Amino acid sequence: MQFLTDRKRAQGLGAGGTGTHHHWQMIVSSILLVPLVPLFIFIFGSALGGSHEEVLAYFSRPIPAIILGLSLVVILLHLLREAQEAIEDYVHGVAQKLALVAVAAFTYTLIAAGLFALVKLAL
Amino acid sequence: MVQFSLPKNSKVVTGKTWPKPEGATNVRKFKIYRWNPDDGKNPQVDTYFLDMDKCGPMVLDALIKIKNEIDPTLTFRRSCREGICGSCAMNIDGINTLACIYGLDEVKGDVRIYPLPHMPVVKDLIPDLTHFYAQHASIMPWLETKTNRPAKEWKQSIEDRKKLDGLYECVMCASCSTSCPSYWWNGDRYLGPAALLHAYRWIIDSRDEATGERLDQLEDPFKLYRCHTIMNCAKTCPKGLNPAKAISHIKKMMVERTV
Repeated sequence: MQFLTDRKRAQGLGAGGTGTHHHWQMIVSSILLVPLVPLFIFIFGSALGGSHEEVLAYFSRPIPAIILGLSLVVILLHLLREAQEAIEDYVHGVAQKLALVAVAAFTYTLIAAGLFALVKLAL
Repeated sequence: MVQFSLPKNSKVVTGKTWPKPEGATNVRKFKIYRWNPDDGKNPQVDTYFLDMDKCGPMVLDALIKIKNEIDPTLTFRRSCREGICGSCAMNIDGINTLACIYGLDEVKGDVRIYPLPHMPVVKDLIPDLTHFYAQHASIMPWLETKTNRPAKEWKQSIEDRKKLDGLYECVMCASCSTSCPSYWWNGDRYLGPAALLHAYRWIIDSRDEATGERLDQLEDPFKLYRCHTIMNCAKTCPKGLNPAKAISHIKKMMVERTV
């Protein structure tokens, strides 16, 4: 039991001094996704159904490879930030910290694996 | 972890059904949440019947009639009965609103009345708003100045005064904050739409000289940035205000001073 005043409970530990950076990053990645998502769908769709050699040749061209790489990074970072928001909303305490670490590790692994695959395709 | 189901002792059960008024032809059914901290029982929903030919037009009229004529133990807050004091905020027909300005004709079918959601209940329709009020106090809801007090008044242009419209009318009834899912899950840290609307009211006041400090206080992932623009606050506000818009203006100012 704690004898805390109502005001002390409401103040908590004070303001964390962060939040705007995350908010701004979400706005930036949202804007980037507006052209990237249609381009990604168009480029990925164009390569579908081709033979192995045709796909390799397609992604060894600079524009498809760069757009695919950009889409991969921006979409996954945007998803990471959204997931962080959801975790902060619904999970509390130690589980929250562990979930935040897990989702960050998972996203960065996906980005690394995706870029590795793309480099293998392109080079 | 967020709790998605009520604890065992909070499950709402069917309560007492009171007799219908004799000889009445225009009868309406009211289902009202009841909970008494002293009897150790679960919350229950009691059923009352009112002769609408002898009842006023607002939900608060019906509640007062029930308390006066049927069940004097029914407990609720009320004061001004004209939407100014914010005392009689409750959940009526699934909407957080003020019972005194919510017409019975706006409710289709039975009238279901519950306390404001996701707050501790003191008794029946009375929520514990202690934390809500403390959060409001924490945003410094007063004019903060550093310049020496002028000989007469702090002057304000007509244009600057207009910026306070849609903000100063808030009566702190808590309808918005208790309709906000972010406030339900993180109400201990998230300030909620009402406190943030009041914060913006002072941030945007041309006479206030603590704008930076006020923004500093809100620079936090939980105090401000739990707002995901769900807009329940604007939809439910019985005064027709838009706290979500005020919050988006605060976020805009936050970006302006950093980017």
